[in-house]
Amino acid sequence: MATDINAYLQRHETKSLLRFITCGSVDDGKSTLIGRLLHDTKGLFDDQLSALEQDSARHGTQGEAMDFALLVDGLAAEREQGITIDVAYRFFATEKRKFIVADCPGHEQYTRNMATGASTADVAVVLVDARKGVLTQTRRHSFIVSRLGIRHVLLAVNKMDLVDYDESVFNHIVLQYQALADQLGISSVQPVPLSALNGDNLLAHSDHMPWYTGPSVLHYLENIESRADAERVDGQPEGRMPVQWVCRPNLDFRGFAGTLCQGAFKQGEEVMVLPSGRRSSIARIITQTGDLAEAVNGQAVMLTLADEVDISRGDVIVSGRAPCEVADQFAAHIIWMDETGLIPGRGYWLKMGARTVNATVTEIKHRIDINSQEPLAAKTLQLNEIGVCNINLDQALPFEPYALNRTLGGFILIDRQSNATVAAGTVDFALRRAGNIHWQAMDVNKAARAALKAQTPRCIWFTGLSGSGKSTIANRVEQRLLASHHHTYSLDGDNVRHGLNRDLGFTEADRVENVRRVAEVAKLMVDAGLIVLVSFISPFRSERDMARSLFSDDEFVEVFVDTPLALCEQRDVKGLYAKARAGLLPNFTGISSPYEAPLHPELHLHTEGRHIDELAEAVLNKIA
Amino acid sequence: MNALSHLDRLEAESIHIFREVASEFSNPVMLYSIGKDSAVLLHLLAKAFHPAKPPIPLLHVDTTWKFRDMYAFRETVAARYGVNLKVHINPEGLAQGVNPFSHGATVHTDIMKTQALKQALDAGQFDAAIGGARRDEEKSRAKERVFSFRNAQHRWDPKAQRPELWDVYNTRISKGESVRVFPLSNWTELDIWLYIYREKIPVVPLYLAAMRPVVERDGGLIMVDDERMPLREGEVPMMKKVRFRTLGCYPLTGAVESDADTLEAVIAEMLVARTSERQGRMIDHDQSASMEKKKQEGYF
Repeated sequence: MATDINAYLQRHETKSLLRFITCGSVDDGKSTLIGRLLHDTKGLFDDQLSALEQDSARHGTQGEAMDFALLVDGLAAEREQGITIDVAYRFFATEKRKFIVADCPGHEQYTRNMATGASTADVAVVLVDARKGVLTQTRRHSFIVSRLGIRHVLLAVNKMDLVDYDESVFNHIVLQYQALADQLGISSVQPVPLSALNGDNLLAHSDHMPWYTGPSVLHYLENIESRADAERVDGQPEGRMPVQWVCRPNLDFRGFAGTLCQGAFKQGEEVMVLPSGRRSSIARIITQTGDLAEAVNGQAVMLTLADEVDISRGDVIVSGRAPCEVADQFAAHIIWMDETGLIPGRGYWLKMGARTVNATVTEIKHRIDINSQEPLAAKTLQLNEIGVCNINLDQALPFEPYALNRTLGGFILIDRQSNATVAAGTVDFALRRAGNIHWQAMDVNKAARAALKAQTPRCIWFTGLSGSGKSTIANRVEQRLLASHHHTYSLDGDNVRHGLNRDLGFTEADRVENVRRVAEVAKLMVDAGLIVLVSFISPFRSERDMARSLFSDDEFVEVFVDTPLALCEQRDVKGLYAKARAGLLPNFTGISSPYEAPLHPELHLHTEGRHIDELAEAVLNKIA
Repeated sequence: MNALSHLDRLEAESIHIFREVASEFSNPVMLYSIGKDSAVLLHLLAKAFHPAKPPIPLLHVDTTWKFRDMYAFRETVAARYGVNLKVHINPEGLAQGVNPFSHGATVHTDIMKTQALKQALDAGQFDAAIGGARRDEEKSRAKERVFSFRNAQHRWDPKAQRPELWDVYNTRISKGESVRVFPLSNWTELDIWLYIYREKIPVVPLYLAAMRPVVERDGGLIMVDDERMPLREGEVPMMKKVRFRTLGCYPLTGAVESDADTLEAVIAEMLVARTSERQGRMIDHDQSASMEKKKQEGYF
């Protein structure tokens, strides 16, 4: 017995893994295909089958027959509504391979879930109903498949039994799809005429279609190259490993843990650490079961280097022969995945590899019509829209174009307030500007300038409703600072809009840009050693957080000037509330546009019933 | 270049997930349930951080109704792997004497597992909780992300899961919220056994067939593991050669008759198995979509 198992285990050891998705229009038979594959490769157990029979009787849509859709639609809401909401992962194996299949939802509103499934796949099985041909949904899914870099598509022309197994129907659809694939740059398409329900051409050739001589679905899946295979065939590209975790169990050991995302590393090999550019060589490749002479793509290892090099999480160790590029601006494709649209200029977290940085989309070059692939002009991206954008980071990252390396070219954007994953992006290329405009390191620096002024530079950021008293308080604070020989400057919302920001209106996007510019100006002034007082409504938390991120911890002092709306409206110094109430001022904060109160301001000033000197004193105490 | 086998790939993926948790969360914990999946988790945890000791403590949410063999096994673990293992029992449930017999499987599971788990997570203020669930176990698990967001009430919202692209995991949460992390998401039951065999990972002996006292109850074989089990009228414990494919609370876990008393034999049985492991779990059959519902309420 033991030898049998050992033999089996050895066979099993050499089995490779293939991940694929099924996608296509609703009712094209994705679930039936998976159900059949699982059933016919014995990936389904008896109790699961009997549960499926019971479910079919209750929720099924196939009459007396088993409804395989219920096998993959695992959520109650999915079974009740008869639709697929989220991707389901199922597993089966043959003698040759182990498979993970992700069944992707077809509806447009769940495109982000489809992208989730597609991001890890080697192959996409795109189903088309033989009676309907290539539909809008087929186009959209194929587009996402190509965007996420899936190289191989199996075009399953399904329900051939309903078109009398007619070869001309099949050929027509193949031509239709091939045109789409050419347009999208999908180079490898294998069309298979199929009846998933009856199993025709699924595991073996069908007698119903003697005219078809290509592979069955399973034969194709068992033999198509996976991404791991492709790399082996292409030779050994240069090693790359993002450092995920720094291991310091004691003072004598410094290990760098990570998973190789490309190529291989050999013990003794010359490497470079990015972005610092420091060079060293690999001293040891450590695993729990012993040191390795070589680590390959996909392996999770711990490296030690021959020299003491300062390395932290997010750095990338690369082959010394061919380091990758480092940039802080690049062009990328973005799939927007959140109900709240993309706002250029707003700060988001960008996570790529093991590093998370601040990022802003500086420009949307165009949006791509997901159904026709036409470029369209766009000021924003809404849910499920795809665009080509320029992205700016607050620090330079080592990267590769996504087409060459998914780990070093694929990223997500995270909303700074809600923490939602709002977008997935793929890097196309670096914008050379980043490489050419070096930050000029000056000999006279902020510390020197501040020392001459005998003060600590600060940015005091007053936020609050219009008429809450921001400018009044800032004015008094500045008077007091001047009286005590401090060097100051005031940036006031209204004044800045007369000059620097005169081209901006009051839409959400313009207000974001308004705040961004002022924050940058304030940063330069703080660098000049000044105490800067910014009085801006700055209604959105994410922009204030963006401003905060430009400064070091103690430099930024957020002062929430908290005056009840009713009181601001009653004062109405500038007559703006009256106009807003009359509908003459769209997007007026507090009336027709929200004010997001700070959650953790350095100073929260309740102004009602308090004297201006008392309020100014509170601010001065805070920065003293 | 050597090709990585699929077990190698699964191992690497799990290690990557462990390291991501250790790097991005301030107070992670690993749920340890003594079973085979926990055994694999623990083995991978040690691998991920070698030569350092695992920086993530273990937590066992104890219902007090586990098999005696499981408790004995648990005692050996902390020392073997050099980890810190805490045990939590719901004190109110214990005081009220909640048990699977008089309170039923549903109430017992809710109070001693789900509520107890939430108590322990709240008390420890853990921002990430690692569990051994696999997507091949059950249909709602098949839908869950590797990093699965929970709100401050520990609830899962299956209709609004965060997109999860590649292996780039969004670990950002607000205070009070948490993430459940599943490093074994892409493993199957067979993978688990093959890996245990390959890596020689110690497991509770109950997984191997032996003569054990059982009664037939509600279509399953229930082991009479201690004197707390009330026998129904006409029930007489019989000695049968049985083993368990999954281990939970002994009164809720059905045994299967088997001659597989070695790991090799267990794997051989797996290869021809016609039923899923969770068939032996009473709590899954309580109500339609019961796992999804329990998960929404905070169960793992």
